[in-house]
Amino acid sequence: MADRILLDSEAMATFAARGFLRFDALVPEALNRAFLERIEAASPEAGRQTMMQTYGALMSQQVLPTVPPGQRWKKAFRKRTVIGQILRLPVLRGAIESLVGRGAVVDHHFLHLRFPPGAGQHELAQHYHQDSTIDPRQSFDIQLFYFPHAVTAAMGGTRFLPGSHLRRVSEAAIARYQNIRGQQQVVCPAGTVLILHHGIWHGGGANASAQHRFLWKLRLCPQRPQVRLWDTSDLPAEHRVQRPTFWIDPAAPVDPVHRILTTAEPWHEADTSRLEFIARIRFWRQLLGDQSFDADYWLTRLENEFYDPA
Amino acid sequence: MPRQKLLFLYLESSALDSRVIGWTSYDGTGATRSHAGDSSEPPCATGLEALQQGWRLIQASPLLPHAPGAEFDLSYLKYEFIFEQWGDPGEADHG
Repeated sequence: MADRILLDSEAMATFAARGFLRFDALVPEALNRAFLERIEAASPEAGRQTMMQTYGALMSQQVLPTVPPGQRWKKAFRKRTVIGQILRLPVLRGAIESLVGRGAVVDHHFLHLRFPPGAGQHELAQHYHQDSTIDPRQSFDIQLFYFPHAVTAAMGGTRFLPGSHLRRVSEAAIARYQNIRGQQQVVCPAGTVLILHHGIWHGGGANASAQHRFLWKLRLCPQRPQVRLWDTSDLPAEHRVQRPTFWIDPAAPVDPVHRILTTAEPWHEADTSRLEFIARIRFWRQLLGDQSFDADYWLTRLENEFYDPA
Repeated sequence: MPRQKLLFLYLESSALDSRVIGWTSYDGTGATRSHAGDSSEPPCATGLEALQQGWRLIQASPLLPHAPGAEFDLSYLKYEFIFEQWGDPGEADHG
C-alpha cells in the first residue's frame, strides 16, 4: 500500500469551498486505545480535580511532547510514537501533503478536554470564534482535530460552520452568533479526523454526558506555495471550459469542481453568496496556479474592463 | 421590575421579511439561558414573523457603501436585526 494517498480534485475543491474535510473512523482502534491509555493513566480521577489540576497532571507527566513552533511535524512526532503513526496513516499523510505540502511545520498542538457537568467545568458551549487573529493571507494553515473516542451528541463535539473560512473576522468578535443555519456539531465514531482551514468558525460544545471528552488538535503551516499539491491527474482537459449559465441543458454533464465551487451554504446571505463564489474561485485559481480559471463567469465578467479604474 | 429580553436575528438580506440565517437570544428575566449551538431551527422564519410574535425592533444594520478596493471582502454577518421584549423575572417567553 502507498505510504501516502493524496486528495483527489473533488476533495480538494470541497476543502476550498467548505473549508473542511472529514475522515470518519480513520484511525485504527489500536492507535485510539494507545492514545487514550496514556492520557487516562495520567488523568486524575474523574470528578476529583479541576480542569487546571487535570491539565497540570497531564503536562507534568508529558503525555504529549512539547513542540517549539516552526518544527517540522515529522521531527516533532517521530514515526514510532502513537501520534507519529497516526499522522503517517496513508490517507492522513496524503491529505496533509495535499493541503500544506511536504515539510509543513507545527504551529502548536493541544489536548482539549471537556468535563461532564459538575466536574469543575462550566456547562455552556464555547462561543464561536476563529482561531489566532485576523489573518489576511492567501496561504492557509490547517488544523487537524482528532477524536480518539466515539463522540455522541450529548458529549458536545466541536461545532463549526462549513464555508466560513474565507470570512475575515477578528477571533472572538463573532461570539455573538449563537446559532447559524448549516452549522455542524461533530458526532462521530472513534478515530475520526477533521481537517479544517484555519479560518473556519468553530467552538467546543457543552459536554452533557457522563464521560470526559478528549480532542487532540494540531495546527500545521506550509513552507512552500500551496499549488497543485494534490493528485491533479483527475482534472479533465476541459476544466477551464465554463458551462452555460441561466439557460441550461439539465442533462449536460457538469465538472464537479465547478459545481462544488458554486454551491451555496444554507447560511449565505443573498448577495454575499455571490461574493463567496468569487472568493472560492480565486482560491481555486491560486491552488491550481492558473489565473484564467473561472466558474459560471463570476470573475471573467468583472475582469472585462477596458478603462483604467483611476 | 420588568427585564429586557433580546433577540438577534441575522437575515438573508436587508428586507425584514427575508429568511433568518442566524439567531441569538439573551433573557434578562432569567427564565431561560441560551448558548452557542443550542438549536438547529430559529425561533421564527423571518424578521417579520418576529414582529408578529410580539418582538419590537430596536436596531437594524445600516447599508454602507463598499470601500474602494474592499468591495469583495467577506466578513461578519451582514444583516443584523435586534429585537426586544420586556418580561418579569422568571416569566416564560410569550413569543
